[in-house]
Amino acid sequence: MSSFKVIFDKDTWQEIFGSISKNKTRTIITVIGVLWGIFIYITLSGAAKGLDNGFERQFENIAMNSMFIWGQRTSIPYAGYKIGRNIRLRLSDIDYIKKTIPEVQYAVPRNSRGVFTGAPPLVVRKNKSNNYAVYGDFPEFTKIATKKIYDGGRFINEEDIKFKRKVCVIGERTHTELFEKDENPIGQYIRIDNIYFQVIGVHKFIPGGGFESDGDIFIPYETFRKIYNTGNWVQWFTIAAYDDVDVIEVEKNIKATLKRIHKVSPDDERAFGGFNLGEIFNKIVGFSKGMTLLSLIVGIATILAGVIGIGNILLISVKERTKELGVRRALGATPSEVRNQIILESVFLTLIAGVIGIILGAFVLFGINASTQDLTDFPYTNPTVPIPFVLGALFIMVFLGTLIGLIPAQRAVSIKPIDALREE
Amino acid sequence: MIQIKNLHKSYKMGTSSLHVLKGINFNIEEGELVAIMGSSGSGKSTLLNILGMLDIADEGDYILDNVPIKNLNETKAAKYRNKFLGFVFQSFNLINYKTALENVSLPLYYQGIARKERQELALDYLERVGLKEWSTHLPSELSGGQKQRVAIARAMASKPKVLLADEPTGALDSKTSFEVMDLIQKINEEGKTILVVTHEKDIAQMCKRIVKLKDGVIIEDNKIKQILASSYV
Repeated sequence: MSSFKVIFDKDTWQEIFGSISKNKTRTIITVIGVLWGIFIYITLSGAAKGLDNGFERQFENIAMNSMFIWGQRTSIPYAGYKIGRNIRLRLSDIDYIKKTIPEVQYAVPRNSRGVFTGAPPLVVRKNKSNNYAVYGDFPEFTKIATKKIYDGGRFINEEDIKFKRKVCVIGERTHTELFEKDENPIGQYIRIDNIYFQVIGVHKFIPGGGFESDGDIFIPYETFRKIYNTGNWVQWFTIAAYDDVDVIEVEKNIKATLKRIHKVSPDDERAFGGFNLGEIFNKIVGFSKGMTLLSLIVGIATILAGVIGIGNILLISVKERTKELGVRRALGATPSEVRNQIILESVFLTLIAGVIGIILGAFVLFGINASTQDLTDFPYTNPTVPIPFVLGALFIMVFLGTLIGLIPAQRAVSIKPIDALREE
Repeated sequence: MIQIKNLHKSYKMGTSSLHVLKGINFNIEEGELVAIMGSSGSGKSTLLNILGMLDIADEGDYILDNVPIKNLNETKAAKYRNKFLGFVFQSFNLINYKTALENVSLPLYYQGIARKERQELALDYLERVGLKEWSTHLPSELSGGQKQRVAIARAMASKPKVLLADEPTGALDSKTSFEVMDLIQKINEEGKTILVVTHEKDIAQMCKRIVKLKDGVIIEDNKIKQILASSYV
């Protein structure tokens, strides 16, 4: 019989199943080793994936290759200007950046009241009032940082900018604090710093770092500019680079360009501040990649230890079964049949252990998932192990099981039937 | 059925070598029931091992059913054993985690016979040795005589040309010994060639021919009048 045929022969499996199921203690002990290995692997890499997903979720509402850039004070005197000059970004900088740095996909100016500077404006509706941060935004801003707007509402659009409309998008908290329960705020008016604004949408706040909150009010940039008389002055730029470019390099280029326009020394590191999400994101991705690699190494090492355990126990069992194997040989089992049997026993045990380990690991991951479901501030989402990884682990186990099975199998074959059958 | 010419076998024991078989010549016809006798060290087990293809002779010819047995590798030897020979051992050598039925069907498994047919055949042979009711029992649940009968059924199941029994009654009391010999005689009556290695004289007397070995040579080879074991039972 060819070895290929043997694998698909029902009798082979019945023979193996017979020998395995009738040596229960041995089987159980053997299985536990590998089971533990695959269990550790599945749990660890699932946990690592959960962490990975968790981080990803934290960043899901903002482009991962985006950055913020704002002006600070110069730290080096340059071109006749003295040290400590206040640098203010200008609206015209945006066009220049877009023109000169092709890696920039979107660049949006943004102004605010009550976040970094100034007191949050007083917002009044009927007899209710509170202070909320107000942002002046372009519609393009949503291309970089997604804003989820509740049904029936919308974000600021080009028309709002063009006609300097007095419209606003309010936060969930603003909605609950200023409006009655079950009251639809869309189309209603609220007073921001004594100017009436029509509510055009309610945005859903997604936690995940940053300085925004669930009370923020967004108004058209041009309206903001007019009301607060900001002129050309921009508080900060939100810039997104294309997906495949090095965001750190882009940030450097942008800063260098800005330094040139604003006549700042090229060596002045303090004139422009920046917060590069891409850079941070890359670090986190690196961290979770490290975690995944670690779990892979630990998992495979544990599986290896388990498989070696199987080989060890099979080796002992071959010694125990010397007589049985001798009898089988005397009854007409060829060496390759004996070898195949031992190897297949090894593979079968490994596989059984692997499958049970995977199932147990899946249960634990399920448990972790259920218990971390409600934790919004803990970056942990949907801990899973990709199917190719599971199959890969199984394949490695079968491969190692075969390899390790070769040792006891060779031992079994090397026993001569005459020695095995010799009476003591 | 069996032709042996000038068979030699020696074992290396460290630097010296032990000459166990010093030129054995004999023929066995089909249907014979031969007892091979001799004290320990006479070479009778070595001879049986060579006949059973468990060991290889250094010199001489061995022809089994007109097939010259030579240049054996392990795979070929296994195939020949499976096809030509049935073994019965002193300590039964049943596989302890298999039931009587599974034990009997094992050589059929190695012959590549389908499971259903295998079980029917095995059950048939168990019935012949009177143990059909015990087919689902493990060897540990059987008595010594029953175990040996299962072993004989197993040896017979592959329809061998020759049955080789190495001290088949060595581990049994005299009453069960005679029962087992009765079974062996009955199988012989059906035409099977059987070789029995024994050192018990009364067992040898139940065969049709006695070959006596001493120090590696045949010293006596007589046809005798068989004593029926059934007369003792």
